[in-house]
Amino acid sequence: MKILKIIFLFFIVFYFNSANALEDKLQNKITKNLRCLVCQGQSVYDSDSAFAVSLKLLVKKKIDQGLSEKEIYDFLTIKYGDWILYDPKFNKNTYLLWFLPLLIFLIGGAIVYKKLIKIKK
Amino acid sequence: MKKGLISFLIIILFIFTFIVFYKGLNKTSLYKPKSEIKNVPEFLGLSLFLKEEKDSKKIFNENKYYLLNIWASWCVPCRDEHPILISLSKDDNLDIIGLNYKDNLSNAKKFLDELGNPYKEIFIDQEGIIAIEWGAFGVPETFLTYNNKIIKKFIGPLNQNSVLEIKQAIK
Repeated sequence: MKILKIIFLFFIVFYFNSANALEDKLQNKITKNLRCLVCQGQSVYDSDSAFAVSLKLLVKKKIDQGLSEKEIYDFLTIKYGDWILYDPKFNKNTYLLWFLPLLIFLIGGAIVYKKLIKIKK
Repeated sequence: MKKGLISFLIIILFIFTFIVFYKGLNKTSLYKPKSEIKNVPEFLGLSLFLKEEKDSKKIFNENKYYLLNIWASWCVPCRDEHPILISLSKDDNLDIIGLNYKDNLSNAKKFLDELGNPYKEIFIDQEGIIAIEWGAFGVPETFLTYNNKIIKKFIGPLNQNSVLEIKQAIK
């Protein structure tokens, strides 16, 4: 009986441990993608400024309330604009940002291809 | 011919880069968030003096101009703008609501004893979460609201220009 109790205890401890870890992981993932607006070049995750500390707390609270990652991002973009996200959403202001690397890659590829053909000839 | 074209392109590129960087030099690096908040956010906050929870809805819904000022006793620019708030508080058309941001409460009370209290109501925001609801990211920040809508937002301490803007808006 005693052994059963101990096993039960272990089970509970480890169960909650992993639940917490999952939550922390999500919180870290979100705060790493948030720009700290008062510090230059730091994410909210990295910063200890008053603003970043509050944001970390807020993200934790929102996760506890059951909001998804996307819902939290939406909430924060309404408050602070797209700039708060390191991974900006795709819209009319950011399409160039998303397509330019692809375009440059294609142009580069085309140049290389042309040169290769020339060499073969 | 080809050499001429290349040096021409290089010069163009050089001038282009120069213009981009020169413009960048003059551009302010201070970012003002493009907040999309239009309505006054709803929040529950502890009142500084009464120590009881108050609902923001009961305050901002009235047909009146309100100035929400985020402040803290540790914030030096808040000290500078305080006389402006005191003079604005004499205006009958305007009620000033304070949001005490991450402050030591006894210091906050001392601050008000020393410099005067322009606020009709003060909410305590120990965690800084109410400030995020307003889209604020530092102290001091001030919002002018009417009929549950945010009309104007001032980042940083108020100055004479902002006083003029506020007075014009609440006429």
